[in-house]
Amino acid sequence: MADNTSQTASGLTRRQLHERRVQRRSLLVAGSSTVAVLLALILLVPLAPGWERVKASFFDWEVFRQTFPTLLEAFLLDVAIFAWCAPLIAIWALVIAICRDVRSPALYPLRLFAMLYTDIFRGVPVILVVYLIGFGIPGLGLPRPWNSPYIWGSLALILTYSAYVAEIYRSGIESIHQSQRNAALSLGLSNADTMRYVVLPQAIRRVVPANMNMLIALQKDVALLSFIGPVEIFRQAGVFKSLLANFTPYVVAAVIFLAITIPATRFADHLIAKQNRQRS
Amino acid sequence: MPKLVLQNIRKSFGANAVLNGIDLTVEDGEMVCLIGASGSGKSTLLRTINLLDPLDDGEIFLDGADIADPELDPQPIRQRIGMVFQSYNLFPHMTAEENVMLAPRRIKNRTREDLHPEIAALFEKFGLADRMQHYPDQLSGGQQQRVAIVRALAMRPEIMLFDEITSALDPELVGEVLDVLRALKAQGMTMILATHEMQFAREAADKVCFLEAGRILEEGAPQDVLANPREERTRAFLSRVL
Repeated sequence: MADNTSQTASGLTRRQLHERRVQRRSLLVAGSSTVAVLLALILLVPLAPGWERVKASFFDWEVFRQTFPTLLEAFLLDVAIFAWCAPLIAIWALVIAICRDVRSPALYPLRLFAMLYTDIFRGVPVILVVYLIGFGIPGLGLPRPWNSPYIWGSLALILTYSAYVAEIYRSGIESIHQSQRNAALSLGLSNADTMRYVVLPQAIRRVVPANMNMLIALQKDVALLSFIGPVEIFRQAGVFKSLLANFTPYVVAAVIFLAITIPATRFADHLIAKQNRQRS
Repeated sequence: MPKLVLQNIRKSFGANAVLNGIDLTVEDGEMVCLIGASGSGKSTLLRTINLLDPLDDGEIFLDGADIADPELDPQPIRQRIGMVFQSYNLFPHMTAEENVMLAPRRIKNRTREDLHPEIAALFEKFGLADRMQHYPDQLSGGQQQRVAIVRALAMRPEIMLFDEITSALDPELVGEVLDVLRALKAQGMTMILATHEMQFAREAADKVCFLEAGRILEEGAPQDVLANPREERTRAFLSRVL
């Protein structure tokens, strides 16, 4: 008998050659179908009767150029609001999550409070909370700077988002296996120390990807504060819209948001994929 | 006075009675092996001694004082009783050294610097000197289990409980963990093991207890229980596992 391996002339096995052929074929199919769809969009959409009007009011390059710098500057306010809300949410949500986990009967009011809190703030639309707190509390006639919509608008976001993030923390806490608690308790650690040094560090790490998604949602929802005053990017775009009688500033705002959220989303997906790989 | 006395320990999970009146006396420095089929109550018995599972009835005397009194705070009692689990249960976010230091630092308020020499000596003694800065997932099963033993020893317990600590290990790693137990015995540690290692029990135990359906059916010196069991059911069990 001759040499009986499956090596071919190219030095690859039959299986490798087959996989290479399959991969080439799928790349070709994916590429040509994408090009076909794009071509159809580019050729067909302009055929719509209102296209010229839409193009003029949403995709005016001159308006884009003119408004972009100011809108980018206004976006910095969104970033700033995001930047001070995010850490406060992380902390407050952790407090709520821990309150929901206390077992001691003396602390039952805390537990009840945490339950009501998450029920209420997850059950009300964010924009309503922004209105109620953003208009309601300054309406008490507080002196400057305590009547600032920045403070109360941010508080509305913090309160709402903490309810969601607290639930994420809690799912993380519950995902830590009972054997970890048992090991800590068997060493003589208190319940509080077990939570603080053994359960929480693992739980928080485990829910980082889920919390990344909440951060992305928060970055977008900062725009809701425009309804109670702050001239951030969405409100600034509205000002330009009225001034120039053109909707392009909204498209500019969307592009600026996407420039932040798309990389952040990809990063969150990457974290999730990495975690799944580690666990399997 | 015996180190540990169990009297009429009873424990049920719902309608399922797991421990049906266990009496056991463990002398200071003794090694007691609990043998028996899965579900016979070995693990539950160890968990009740460490107060991880509260018992329904019975008393546990440690140095003559009842520690099973439901009114007592279990925390200081657990500090006197070390426990090692089948699945190691190391804390995966800490290095081996941090795993070992956690309890002494938090409970006894000792500093890292203060603890380091004695903990390094423990690692050295059990062949882990170059593994102190490794994370659990960088260690073999046998190494993880030895770190888990060191972690329990660092609290200087008066008695150690071992819950089938070699059952999750590859056969070639079992020996290194059993060596640790031999060393502890030589040191005079009081130990209770739930185990399937009959060879080890025969060679190292002072007393072997055969559990069935939550009762100690037969107990005595290993040469009696393992070589000449009185009870038919002990004989049947041993013929299956030996």
